[in-house]
Amino acid sequence: MSDVKSKIRQFLTKYIEHNNFNDDDHLFEKGYVSSLLAMEMVVFVEAEFSIQVGNEDLNLDNFKSVDAIAGLIIKKTDN
Amino acid sequence: MTDSIQARFQSFTQTHVAPLASRHDRLQCIDPELVGQLAAQGYLGAIISEPYKGLGLDMPTFGLLNYELNKSCTAVRSLVTVQNMVGRIIERWGNAEQKDQWLPVLAAGEKIAGFALTEPEYGSDAAGIRTCFTDHGDTFAITGTKKWISFGQMADLFLVFGQAEERLGCLIVEKDTPGLSITPISDILGARGTMLAQLEFDACSVPKENLVTNLGFGLHPVAFTGLDLGRYSIAWGCVGMAAACLEASVTYASERRQFGSCLKDHQLIQALISDMTVDIKAAKLLCEHAGRLAETNDRNAMQEMLCAKYFAAGMVNRVTAKALELHGANGYAPEQGIERFFRDAKIMETIEGSNQMMQIMIAKYGIQHG
Repeated sequence: MSDVKSKIRQFLTKYIEHNNFNDDDHLFEKGYVSSLLAMEMVVFVEAEFSIQVGNEDLNLDNFKSVDAIAGLIIKKTDN
Repeated sequence: MTDSIQARFQSFTQTHVAPLASRHDRLQCIDPELVGQLAAQGYLGAIISEPYKGLGLDMPTFGLLNYELNKSCTAVRSLVTVQNMVGRIIERWGNAEQKDQWLPVLAAGEKIAGFALTEPEYGSDAAGIRTCFTDHGDTFAITGTKKWISFGQMADLFLVFGQAEERLGCLIVEKDTPGLSITPISDILGARGTMLAQLEFDACSVPKENLVTNLGFGLHPVAFTGLDLGRYSIAWGCVGMAAACLEASVTYASERRQFGSCLKDHQLIQALISDMTVDIKAAKLLCEHAGRLAETNDRNAMQEMLCAKYFAAGMVNRVTAKALELHGANGYAPEQGIERFFRDAKIMETIEGSNQMMQIMIAKYGIQHG
């Protein structure tokens, strides 16, 4: 889990310069996510973890924070 | 394999598309019989997968289809682009029922699709769109206006982007839905056969099951799925259009004589031809590279599609301008097709992201990824 979160943080810090966010911070509510980053998040999760984000996964709750993204990845890789 | 399929695309376009290209431009519509022929070839479902009755082409091969189509007619390539953009979005993000209902009919060309994102006041700033989805229990009522919608005059269904209480999303809307009115947009500079329209939604009631994926997070990945494909398709179309101009220029320069020799023997004409040749080759390489990355779901595919589209759109404007110059006064006459390509080229720098938006996104990506 910590390795997954580390990879997510590493990815996000390319977009969120200050790197001053917690794993449970709502990235959208804090205004960190541009339209480009939203798409990049999906591409990153799919390419980095070899999973397919489906219709049912494309939900704000699955991408709102580092914790949420990690949860989605764990869930998809467990399946 | 690729050569033979490209030969098939080429044969089809030379036989069925090229003879109609000038007419599409002049009459500002696409021949309905040709739409049937495109469907019969499977091109309207070129990248829809085979289980849904599409051809299931890979991205490099889909690029070649766009290249060959746009060597003859921008409007026809555009029809194939939009139909496949919508098909790709539904296949990627639709639910099982939506896929079963819509993909086979899109692939068969039984329904023509439109991609309704742009609004009169919101183009590049897509996240600012104001079309409103009001929740009425089992339905959404759509209110708003969409503008510059390719094939809006002939589409049977639209993928309409809007927002419900500030949560963005998109809905599949059939054209005969009460409350939807469609007004043709005519006499535009180029790509005149693309049958543009303005769509007015006046409390247009659509079942909630027509929502493609969830509200809130859905717009960006969903829109990008379509726009990415659109950019790739347009980039290849630009290369095709430019290649047609180069071929016409070489033929013209080999036949036209001035000062006792063919134009091709004049060094300043050779300079034009060499610049056109290198420009086209460079754009083609970018398109091929983007296609290979997209096919393998490489993380850099989106960036490479932006680069390909940005470069190819600029390239086709340079090449068509040189072709026009090389043809002299004859280039301005509709018979040569050069003036049509010259007009068609300009819109390539605007659709699916303006040059400036391409630059911003390419720069952001470059800065973030080093």
